[in-house]
Amino acid sequence: MIQIDGVSHRIGGAPILHDISTRLPQGKLTALIGPNGAGKSTLLRLVGRLEPLQAGRITVAGHDVATTPTDRLARVMAILGQQTAIASRLRLSELVAFGRWPHHKGRPGSVDRAKVTEALDAFALTPLAGRFLDEVSGGQAQRAHIAMAVAQDTDWLLLDEPLNNLDMAHARALMRRLRAMVDGGRSVGMVVHEINYAAAWADHVIAMKNGRVVAQGPAGSVLTEDLLSDLYDTPIQIGEHRGRPLVLHHC
Amino acid sequence: MRPLPVLGAALLALMLVSVSVGAAQVDLRTILSDHRAMLVVLESRLPRTVAVVLTGAALSVAGVLIQALVRNRFVGPDTSGTAEGAALGLLAVTILWPASPLWLRMIAASAAAMATTALFLAVVRRLPVREVMLVPIAGLVLSGVLGSVVTFVGWQSDLMQYVGTWLMSGEFSGVISGRYELLWFAGIAAALAWFSADRFAILGLGDGVATGLGLSTAAVMRLGLAVVSIVTAMVVTTVGMIPFVGLVVPNLVARIMGDNLRTSLPVVALAGAVLVLACDLAGRLVIRPYEVPAGLILGILGAVLFLWLLHRRPAHG
Repeated sequence: MIQIDGVSHRIGGAPILHDISTRLPQGKLTALIGPNGAGKSTLLRLVGRLEPLQAGRITVAGHDVATTPTDRLARVMAILGQQTAIASRLRLSELVAFGRWPHHKGRPGSVDRAKVTEALDAFALTPLAGRFLDEVSGGQAQRAHIAMAVAQDTDWLLLDEPLNNLDMAHARALMRRLRAMVDGGRSVGMVVHEINYAAAWADHVIAMKNGRVVAQGPAGSVLTEDLLSDLYDTPIQIGEHRGRPLVLHHC
Repeated sequence: MRPLPVLGAALLALMLVSVSVGAAQVDLRTILSDHRAMLVVLESRLPRTVAVVLTGAALSVAGVLIQALVRNRFVGPDTSGTAEGAALGLLAVTILWPASPLWLRMIAASAAAMATTALFLAVVRRLPVREVMLVPIAGLVLSGVLGSVVTFVGWQSDLMQYVGTWLMSGEFSGVISGRYELLWFAGIAAALAWFSADRFAILGLGDGVATGLGLSTAAVMRLGLAVVSIVTAMVVTTVGMIPFVGLVVPNLVARIMGDNLRTSLPVVALAGAVLVLACDLAGRLVIRPYEVPAGLILGILGAVLFLWLLHRRPAHG
C-alpha cells in the first residue's frame, strides 16, 4: 500500500497540493484523474521521490520515501515521469537493460537478461532493439521507457501519463499488460487523462482538483455523471459498455 | 569494422612515428647500441608521446563526462569555464605563495577548476531545458568572463607569460622526462571514470529516470565534476589547454556507437589520443625542424569537424 498523509506542496510559492491524505491500495490498478493543474503529476512525483517532500509523509509498502535510501526504493517501486526531450543516444535494448540496474548495479546475470528480453518483447520493441533512442518516433521512445520501468520488476509501478504519444493499439496493449501485472499481484498507480482508460481498466480511482482529493474509491463509485461533470466543469454523460462505465464527453 | 582494434593499431603506429620524428636524427633499429639516440628517446621523444596520448585520452573522456552532466553535446572542458578556473587557481597560488610546492599548485588548480565548473552546472540548471543552444552559449560566456579575469590579474601581476602557456598554447614541445608526469593523474582520473560508466550513462537520461533507477544524482555529479576538473587542471598546468578535443571526439564516437559509455569510453579515449597525436605530429612536420603547436592544428581541424557535425546532425536529435 502507498500511504499519503498530510502532504502539501508548493512550486515557486504557488500552492499545488493542499494537505493531501489518501492511499493507493495494494494489488490494484489505481488511476489518478482530474483536470489540468489538479496536482496529479506532482503527487505521483512526490511518491516516486522525483521531488523532495516539503510537508507530510509518504510510505510505499512500509518504506518512508523521505528516509529510505533511493537505491533501496528503486527495488520497491519503478516510476516513470513524463518524458522531456532526451538527447541521449542509447540503443533501445540498452535503455531497457538499464531497468535492471537497481538489481545488478553493473553486473547483469541471466535473470536480468531474460527480464529485458521479455520486456522488449512485451512492448513490441524487439525489432527496434538495435535502433538509437534519438532515431525512433516519440511513441516508440515512450514504449521503450515504459518497458524499462516494467523490466525493473518492482512490486509498485508508477506511471505519469504513460498513454501520451501511444496509438490506440499500443495504448490498449499497455493497459492489458498493466492489468495482467496487477492480476499477478503487482500494484500500479498511473495518471490518466483519457478518462475511458480509467473507466475500462482501473480498480481504484482518485479524483483530484485544485490540489485536493475530491473523490476516491472503486472505479464504479467515482466515475458518476455528477462527479465527473463537477470535476471537469463540463457536462458528461456515462453509458455502459460490456459491464463497465463508458464516459461520453464528445456530445 | 570494430573501432577498438582499429584505433588501437592506429595509435601504436602513430606512437612509433612520434618516437622517431624530431629535430635529432634517431634510428630506432640501432637504438640499443647508440647511447645518444637512447637518451633522446627516453628523455624527450617517449615522454612527449606519452604526454600527448594521456592528454588526448583524458580530455576526450572529460568531454563525455561534462556532456553527460549538462546533458548537452555542444560543450567540452574548454568551453565550460573549467580551464579558466584552473588558470585562476594557479594564478592565485602563484601570487599568494610564489614558492609553493608543486602538489599545492595542483590542488589549487583542481579545486578552482571544480568551483568554476560547478558554477557552470549551477547556471545550466537554471536554463530552460528545451533551449539546447543556450547551454554552450552560457559556457562560452562564462569561459570568456573568467578568462578576462585571469588576463586582468595576469596583466596586473606581470604573469601574462604564464597565462599564455596555460590557456593559449596547447603544445608539447616543452615536454621532457620529469616535466609531464602530472598528466598521469589526468589519465588515471579518466580511467577511474570508466568504473562508473553506467552511472554517467544513466545520468545522461535525465534526473527523473536516474532517480527512478535509484541513482544518487548528486553523488554522480560530484564524481564527474571531480574527474573533469582534475583532468583539465593537469592538462592546463603541464601543456596548456588543448581546444576542441573534448568537444569533437565524444560527438564523433556517439554518432557511431551511441551513449552506452561502458563500451564507448575506451573508444573515446583511444580516438582522442589518436587525434591529438596526429595533430602533434602534423605540427612537428609542417615546418620542420620548427614546430606549430598541436593546439593550433586542433583548433583548425576541430572547428571544421565541429561544423560538419552540426551540419550532419539529424533534425530531431
